[in-house]
Amino acid sequence: MSDDKRVAVLGVGMHPWGKWGRNFVEYGLTAARAALADAGLSWGDVQFVSGADTIRNGYPGYVAGATFAQALGWTGARVASSYAACASGATAVAAARAQILAGLCDVALVVGADTTPKGFFAPVGGDRKDDPDWLRFHLLGATNPTYFALYARRRMELFGATENDFAAVKVKNARHGLANPNARYRAEVTTDEVLASPMVADPLRLLEICATSDGGAALVLSSTDFARRHAGSSGLLTIPAVSTVTPRFPQTVIEMPNFATDSAVTVDGAMGSGFRHSIAHAAYEEAGIGPEDVDVAEVYDLSSALELDWYEDIGLCKEGEGERLLRDGDTAVGGRIPVNPSGGLSCFGEAIPAQAIAQVCEIVWQLRGQAQGRQVDGARVGVTANQGLFGHGSSVVVTK
Amino acid sequence: MAPTKSAVPAVDGWFTTEGSPTLLGSRCRGCGTYAFPRESYFCRNPACDSQEFEDVALSGRGTIWSYTDARYQPPPPYRAADPYEPFCIAAVELAVEKMVVMGQVVGGVGVDDLSVGTEVELVTDVLYEDDDHRYLVWKWRPLASGTDNGGADV
Repeated sequence: MSDDKRVAVLGVGMHPWGKWGRNFVEYGLTAARAALADAGLSWGDVQFVSGADTIRNGYPGYVAGATFAQALGWTGARVASSYAACASGATAVAAARAQILAGLCDVALVVGADTTPKGFFAPVGGDRKDDPDWLRFHLLGATNPTYFALYARRRMELFGATENDFAAVKVKNARHGLANPNARYRAEVTTDEVLASPMVADPLRLLEICATSDGGAALVLSSTDFARRHAGSSGLLTIPAVSTVTPRFPQTVIEMPNFATDSAVTVDGAMGSGFRHSIAHAAYEEAGIGPEDVDVAEVYDLSSALELDWYEDIGLCKEGEGERLLRDGDTAVGGRIPVNPSGGLSCFGEAIPAQAIAQVCEIVWQLRGQAQGRQVDGARVGVTANQGLFGHGSSVVVTK
Repeated sequence: MAPTKSAVPAVDGWFTTEGSPTLLGSRCRGCGTYAFPRESYFCRNPACDSQEFEDVALSGRGTIWSYTDARYQPPPPYRAADPYEPFCIAAVELAVEKMVVMGQVVGGVGVDDLSVGTEVELVTDVLYEDDDHRYLVWKWRPLASGTDNGGADV
């Protein structure tokens, strides 16, 4: 990929994840100000504001870009808001990247923040019998962990994954997150503690399912020309790829919030399988790299078991080899290819519109050598991967 | 129990309740692709521009692709029994339609009774009740369970 398809990451910032119970705008502003300070720029330098929406915080959440812009003080900047379920943050990054690459702006601010309710994510209220997300709760009682558990059980039956493997992912990520000041859960857990936690959706236990969190994350992106003028070429970090592809028909793996998969009677199912795989590989292709080039990865561990699926989907190993990678310690900090050095969703919980942005923040800190207490030595290429409802997912590549 | 509480589907047009219950799907007249719930406007096959569909009864038997249970009460709009009773959920592969369809598993069946590949059949069963009606939904019942645990006769 030619250099002019890259955008520079000048600044990153976060509001710590937690259950703070305050307005999401506060978290977004804290993150935005931190990212601007990190970039050495002021709010007035921003020409495009790209907000990632939250659907649980009323109208201001649906127009997050404008909400953050107003809170920072109207400056006449261009503005847009994106909603793409769990990939909303990456879609906001993609919008900013496109504006920059089109020459419509030099400096863009990407912000996502959320305030979440306690417990299971439930559908938006009302009596909505034409909304599959509403219907799956009503007719099946199928929560998000239901789907995570279907994948986990399938791994056990197909690849011999064990409850100990799933627990080991949690133990690893808990250790990673210990020193991360933005992580919500910073405590070591043992395999025994994981396996003693209550079963939620067999075979997944409470400590293996990601919580719902409040939090905010922001990025300052710019053209590479602007970045060189502003900060010089030394140590410049760029984003060469943002993947936000849809699945391909027929999608033969059951996905939230659907009742059924596509039918594979007319088109070979193998052609359309592996949505998670295609999300990451579209990013690799756009960046002109392969999984062998990756030094560090942040993947969407909505459950401990799902992290093992991601190892294979982002190409760190072949299908069915995820357990071996984990057991060999390859994916722990200090191992061959560390995954979720931030602590992942396991230590953060999910603040939906902020989460895909937070993944990029962590990769940036890793590539700068600023990930204190969880640093992956010599990391030069990082990848994020994420997936949510309704065929949304994302993958972002960051390179030094 | 109220003597004449009538049983009605919890959702219209997704399954039949007469005789041997079946899921109601659609089949594209252009390319033959099945869908559940039914499609009426567009075919999901991107290579097909047909807008004509026939209603079809989906296979009443399949094999389990994967399964889990719901140990905690799901949030509304699920209407849980009081006291709450955990239930299993299965994703079931239909051979003819080459698709996977989710459903609750009938009561009395635990995850230890299930495995990938277990054969199941479709039944209807009560999802919840109010003062006037019992609301029915489709559920999967293991063929070899050998237990008479609900379903079919509502």
